[in-house]
Amino acid sequence: MRIAIVTFPGSNCDYDCYRAVKDVLGVEATYVWHRETDLGGADVVILPGGFSYGDYLRAGAIARFSPIMGAIQRFAAEGGLVLGICNGFQVLCEAGLLPGALIRNRSLKFRSMDVYLRVENASTPFTTRYREGQRLRIPIAHGEGSYIADEATLDRLEAERRVVFRYVDAKGATTDAANPNGSARNIAGIVNEGGNVLGMMPHPERAVEALLGSTDGLPLFESVIDHLAGAAR
Amino acid sequence: MANEAGAKMAGPAPLPGDPPITPELVAEHGLSPEEYERIVGILGREPTYTELGVFSALWSEHCGYKNSKPLLKLLPTQAPWVLQGPGENAGVIDIGDGYAIAFKIESHNHPSAVEPYQGAATGVGGILRDVFTMGARPIAVLDSLRFGSLDNARVRYLFAGVVKGVGDYGNCVGIPNLGGEVYFDEAYEGNPLVNAMAIGIMKKEELIRAQASGPGNPIIAVGARTGRDGIHGATFASAELGEESEDSRPQVQVGDPFTEKLLLEASLELIRSGHIVGIQDMGAAGLASSSSEMAARSGTGVDIDTALVPTREEGMTPYEILLSESQERMLVVAKAGHEDEVRKILEKWELEAAVIGRVTDDGMYRVRHNGVVVCEIPGKQLVDCPTYVREGRESEEIARLRSWDPSELDPSLEAGDPNDVALRLLSSPTIASKRWVYEQYDTTVRTNTVVGPGGDAGVLRIRGTKRGIAATVDCNGRYCYLNPRRGAMIAVAEAARNLVCVGARPRAVTNNLNFGNPHKPEVYYQLREAVLGMAEACRKFETPVTGGNVSLYNENPNGAIYPTPTIGMVGVLEDVSKHLVAGFREPGDAIILLGRNTDELGGSEYLKVIHGKVAGDAPAVDLDAEKALQEAMLELADAKLIRSAHDCAEGGLAVCLAESAVHDSERPLGVDVALDDELPWPALFFGEAQGRIVVSCAPERVEEVLAVARRHGVPAKRIGAVGPVGGRFVVTTKAGPKIDLAIADVADAYYGAIPRIMDESAATVEIDVEHAAMPR
Repeated sequence: MRIAIVTFPGSNCDYDCYRAVKDVLGVEATYVWHRETDLGGADVVILPGGFSYGDYLRAGAIARFSPIMGAIQRFAAEGGLVLGICNGFQVLCEAGLLPGALIRNRSLKFRSMDVYLRVENASTPFTTRYREGQRLRIPIAHGEGSYIADEATLDRLEAERRVVFRYVDAKGATTDAANPNGSARNIAGIVNEGGNVLGMMPHPERAVEALLGSTDGLPLFESVIDHLAGAAR
Repeated sequence: MANEAGAKMAGPAPLPGDPPITPELVAEHGLSPEEYERIVGILGREPTYTELGVFSALWSEHCGYKNSKPLLKLLPTQAPWVLQGPGENAGVIDIGDGYAIAFKIESHNHPSAVEPYQGAATGVGGILRDVFTMGARPIAVLDSLRFGSLDNARVRYLFAGVVKGVGDYGNCVGIPNLGGEVYFDEAYEGNPLVNAMAIGIMKKEELIRAQASGPGNPIIAVGARTGRDGIHGATFASAELGEESEDSRPQVQVGDPFTEKLLLEASLELIRSGHIVGIQDMGAAGLASSSSEMAARSGTGVDIDTALVPTREEGMTPYEILLSESQERMLVVAKAGHEDEVRKILEKWELEAAVIGRVTDDGMYRVRHNGVVVCEIPGKQLVDCPTYVREGRESEEIARLRSWDPSELDPSLEAGDPNDVALRLLSSPTIASKRWVYEQYDTTVRTNTVVGPGGDAGVLRIRGTKRGIAATVDCNGRYCYLNPRRGAMIAVAEAARNLVCVGARPRAVTNNLNFGNPHKPEVYYQLREAVLGMAEACRKFETPVTGGNVSLYNENPNGAIYPTPTIGMVGVLEDVSKHLVAGFREPGDAIILLGRNTDELGGSEYLKVIHGKVAGDAPAVDLDAEKALQEAMLELADAKLIRSAHDCAEGGLAVCLAESAVHDSERPLGVDVALDDELPWPALFFGEAQGRIVVSCAPERVEEVLAVARRHGVPAKRIGAVGPVGGRFVVTTKAGPKIDLAIADVADAYYGAIPRIMDESAATVEIDVEHAAMPR
């Protein structure tokens, strides 16, 4: 089993994903440079956080034209698991692998803090180790994390249970105050139609060790491994 | 490439368009007539315009430390764990298990005063480059900021812009912010202080120094192209801010953190590759200083051609190319014959590179433009800036302020309400939570952050070991104003206390000396006194100064800033799992005070906020007692006897208790404390006596904790207990006056103060910083 971590020149969470996969989960991880054109037989692809090309124009707007993106499109179309975190989520939206877009936070400020998430769908390949309705505590760190889409798209996402994580308060309620960036319907993460491409703004790779404050991100990676092990059988 | 013998006799001729060298031009370059004579003596002739510019930059305070060097020599710089002391891009210490950290603090005060966003952003960029050019990967940024009063709209603009600048740059490069400090006082109005510190990690053997050794080795300019921005920034930073400083905006550089990230990765790859011998940031005074300093360190010369430097615009003169402070540029000295390998690495990171000259063996700093020599200066004498010991005399006005006795306070004020005072102090922006600031900083990227901003010190784990490091930045400028020697000692003592409060042993210091114009005897006096105080405390605590930055001429039309010798201190935890936090943990835990309460109010936030007074002497400091306290604290942490520790600082004991109670804003805990000291309540609650730490422990541990304190000769007593979640905050005294507040009100005052000020004025501020073209 091998997890590929795509590195754009301005990625800065690639290393964190690598350490989480390799050190904490003990799974083989490899970096794939953005100028490569194939994924070298990886079983899962992670698009990590950062500022892929500086993102002066719009987060992810340039990255979608990277040579590696063709391979990722094909991989996703064949049902391969793709996880986009933070900037990776932005890139997936820009590339059309996920609907909607991420715009500047409502506060117009970068926000870095721990947030609470509620697991809305525990049957995707990324969430089977969670309980539906489970409350997670995971860091966010972004300036452009306000998820938007037209009402029809949002309704469709809800109807198809493609909203995977939502921002909630400490009691698990979907409140406006608990929404750190102004995302539509408090959406923190969604999957594509096939359920094999997940984009999320919070950083599960930063919540895999008790020493650093939370292990609530760990089940996400474990779910992925379960899924692959199941597929292999 | 160069024929060293030929050009020496006549010296370079002026270029077409060079202005004639007049006394006025010399003065505009910040050089005195005597210094000019010395230049003529060194050269044996008049300098060219280009040479004058180079001397001006290298002999500025910023590069040459001309007013501070004799004083800096008084600081201790050595310890067995110091691998690199002052004089390099950054200091380096051994942290054990084969690892070393490089760290340094630097100011960007003047640029931030005229263009807060870019000024602060490029300040972070510069200090990161100083760290990664030592071969260390940056793992943390800290920021120490000073502004005027937030009542002033321009101050709010500066504050918002600086915070956004610090945040955007570090966030984009992906370096977590580990902590910092922000003070607000009218003394900094018009001249904010922006000091940024960076820490990097490496294996000990990866340490590289900024040298240009090996004659014949190629000198390569790497990174962003050179433009006309920031020309003479170092000289600008070495003059007072005045009404016309706004016109200096073109001297403020523009940051590009994306290119910085590429430079970071490429530099580390180059260093590890073994193809280069030296690397240095083109920071203050750009190419002129980096090339001459690298040569001077290795006793070589250089011969470079400015026409070979990739520029952003046509027609730049050698003067402009040498002195540009365009950001995100590095100077690399490669091994001869390894040029292609170097180029290959830089191409991978999409960075431009050009060989611009060679190292020579004649010790001359020689610059050509299209082959024609335009600058030829004996290198050693160029970097050997004249230094001055100036006249120092204490200001009589400050001496008078210091001798003021708090008992002169209107006794009727004694009847004030301690509850009201407590809430006002907790919501004073200097004391109030800085969450509004650090929520704009990525604090968890790189997944090493064990304790982030908001506590006494930040803690990072060192991956692959059990160890951790801790870091803090500290300085109370008001103390230093009233008593510079004591104030500087307190800055060092508080930094050390902050480190032991998280369980880290203090190891070394980087300092940022922010002062006014040293030509004024009362300013020079402050500088000298502060350095003496710092030296004494650093010796006592075995925390040598491994480098830093001097920022003088911090004045505005209203006078000098408070003398602010910021201390950046790093420490080591042998077992990071034993780290401590500032917040109380469990209801029922015992609260113990280490140290002694005293009847002192001088220089306190209480006097300033409640009585509008900056007066009295800075709090007394006893370095032996501080050292004993540090050792006791470290033993308590190591023995895992306590659950929290928090230093008593601005706002005194009551504020310290309140901060520990509401540290977890989602789970504020009540406090039930009874104080039996026979002291007036303002001093008892809000006095800023030094050498105190509030710890909490399980009730059954109290005797053991007190025994450890006793063994170290540290006064200690149980003063109360942690209350229930959402309980009341109660601190009583023997004499009667007490604080009794709902913990929710305490938390609201503390966390709500800065957002209430800033978010009400957010609209105007956002428009002002919006023009900045940086990642969001």
